[in-house]
Amino acid sequence: MKGRIEIDEERCKGCGLCVAVCPKKQIEISDRLNTKGYYPACFQEAMAPDPDKIECTGCALCAVCCPDVAIEVYRETKDESKDKDQEKEG
Amino acid sequence: MAGKVLMRGTHVLGEAAVRAGCRAYFGYPITPQNELPEYMAAAFAKMDDAVFVQAESEVASINMVMGASIAGARVMTSSSSPGISLKQEGISYIAAMELPAVIVNMMRGGPGLGNIAPAQGDYFQATKGGGHGDYRLIVLAPAYGQEIADMTRQAFDLADHYRTPVMILGDGMMGQMMEPVEFPEPLAVKSLPRKDWILDGAKGRPSRVIRSLWLDTALEEELNWRLARKYEMISRELADQEMYLVDDAELIVVAYGTAARIAKGGVHRLRETGLKVGLFRPKTLWPFPSARLATLSRHIDQMVVFEMSTGQMVEDVRLAVEGRCEVSFYGRPGGVVATPEEIARVLSSAYHRKASFEGGGSRSWQAQGYTNLGSA
Amino acid sequence: MKKVFSRPESLKETPFHYCPGCGHSIIHRLVAEVIDELGIRERTIGVPPAGCAVLAYNYFDVDMAEAPHGRAAAVATGIKRMLPDRIVFTYQGDGDIAAIGTAETIHAASRGERVTSIFVNNAIYGMTGGQMAPTTLPGQVTTTTPGGRAPLRDGNPIDLSEMLGVAAGSVYIERTSVTSPKNILKTKKAIKKAFTVQLEDRGFALVEILSPCPTNWKMTPVDAARWVDESMTKIFPLKVIKDVA
Repeated sequence: MKGRIEIDEERCKGCGLCVAVCPKKQIEISDRLNTKGYYPACFQEAMAPDPDKIECTGCALCAVCCPDVAIEVYRETKDESKDKDQEKEG
Repeated sequence: MAGKVLMRGTHVLGEAAVRAGCRAYFGYPITPQNELPEYMAAAFAKMDDAVFVQAESEVASINMVMGASIAGARVMTSSSSPGISLKQEGISYIAAMELPAVIVNMMRGGPGLGNIAPAQGDYFQATKGGGHGDYRLIVLAPAYGQEIADMTRQAFDLADHYRTPVMILGDGMMGQMMEPVEFPEPLAVKSLPRKDWILDGAKGRPSRVIRSLWLDTALEEELNWRLARKYEMISRELADQEMYLVDDAELIVVAYGTAARIAKGGVHRLRETGLKVGLFRPKTLWPFPSARLATLSRHIDQMVVFEMSTGQMVEDVRLAVEGRCEVSFYGRPGGVVATPEEIARVLSSAYHRKASFEGGGSRSWQAQGYTNLGSA
Repeated sequence: MKKVFSRPESLKETPFHYCPGCGHSIIHRLVAEVIDELGIRERTIGVPPAGCAVLAYNYFDVDMAEAPHGRAAAVATGIKRMLPDRIVFTYQGDGDIAAIGTAETIHAASRGERVTSIFVNNAIYGMTGGQMAPTTLPGQVTTTTPGGRAPLRDGNPIDLSEMLGVAAGSVYIERTSVTSPKNILKTKKAIKKAFTVQLEDRGFALVEILSPCPTNWKMTPVDAARWVDESMTKIFPLKVIKDVA
């Protein structure tokens, strides 16, 4: 199952809890300041990643931990995942 | 019950409250007002839309009052002097959040633990704050059983109308006295106007907040001025007094509550001997009936303020009079109940002293209980 | 892809003023999620504390009423007694509920008031700058215990939840934490149960949630979460203190 997250960089306060909790280590603290003066977290696979190499599973552990509700999580549905598997086999 | 009934003051208050639509009472026992929570407990037990809780303290009960008022109820608490001290924080919040509530203080001897006898030592606390911040408390001061009934009804109406806490300031004596009283018909709670500001769940409307925290000083200032405008309006509309035999009086005794009844007895005795004395009895202590008192001060020689304290209302009398006539003071604090004869003697002394010392002279009256605080 | 995680409806859009890594933010979200899932937003009334969460009414999209410091249980009692079919909850810090509010809380629980209390325990007074709290650990440095809390001089920490467990009117008392996804989800379950107790008109329910305060503990958010797990749980173990629901 593949997934994707979106981090609202203006809400993020750079607390780093998501970084610590991501099992795939796909979140890092960026070196850009947001307008509130924090260094927000950023999702390593945000920029059109290679679909075969996506690490994020949409487990949402980051979002569960995030104090600022700054993360939205998307996950492939079972059907989407099945289609992809079928594509690969076919 | 139709017609006149013989009832003690605390019970009168309770019955009047129930008839005024009070459906929530939170209190804590303290002498000399325990009969009031007991009355409410008994009355509410027979009703299924009324809530009685004996709270764990006066602090808890004033906060329960806050909650019930937030939920839209006509709600009351009662206590006596030390317990009213405990309620001051809550009263400040209730005033700031513009919540209606009725608070009853049956004053007793103080300060500190004091005693359970009647006194009037809480005038400052009631009228000059008591709680922190720029707010005022409407203070009604009954002197008769019938007035307890009437003013209780009035208190609930005023509280709802102005969205502000109202205090009924009595004392231990009037709470225990039994007098004939006639009650109005009970109000139907459903007939009361709907309160469109209460918290009852954000169904079909945006959620609301009832608060008194305004970190933005501009907003806090706005709240303060809004309250001040409300209090000014109340001052113009509400001040009330009894003026008894004042038209031709040369000396007027100023007193409220039980002290006024005693003073009235003194006035009667002196009138029988031909002395032209009268009584001015404030019925609202806040707003204080300054305008009427000021008018009187223009054509009388002197006022004697009698309080069951060491002198608190006398300051408001002096403020109202603005030096136009002499103001002296007689006090019996500590729960001592003076007699009408005693007051007659005091008034007579003042009356004759003024007559024989025209244009000044020494004031060395040292009779027990007679003090002249400040300058007259 | 399907969105599987987003902001609960009962939480307003307003960004939190809480510090980075503060437990309040997580707990607010959990309470809002529970209110959504139980479908009670339109009949819920909340009573926030004096403390960092005094501004809780900026975040929860439900009716909210301020109470003086410590008095939330009494204010909630007044509201619930008048409106028994609404859901009334208090949200309080350790000072609000276990110092100045001890009497009101214990008595509300004893009376079995049908209210739900969320007790956020971060072992310190956050809003006022880091003074000792009733739940500060022995040896813990705060601004009023600069040498570390010394029980002889400063007293011992109070375990309010254990006291509430003894109260006859309390139905469900549990202590959880928000230091890991697993603990966060357990906390959500506990909060949901506590609200359900009220929905079923059973009695008083409270969830005590150990919560990190990185700013006043002078730790990073990750270290603060670890300190809760390693140190706080020694004095305040995660457990169900009472459950007769």
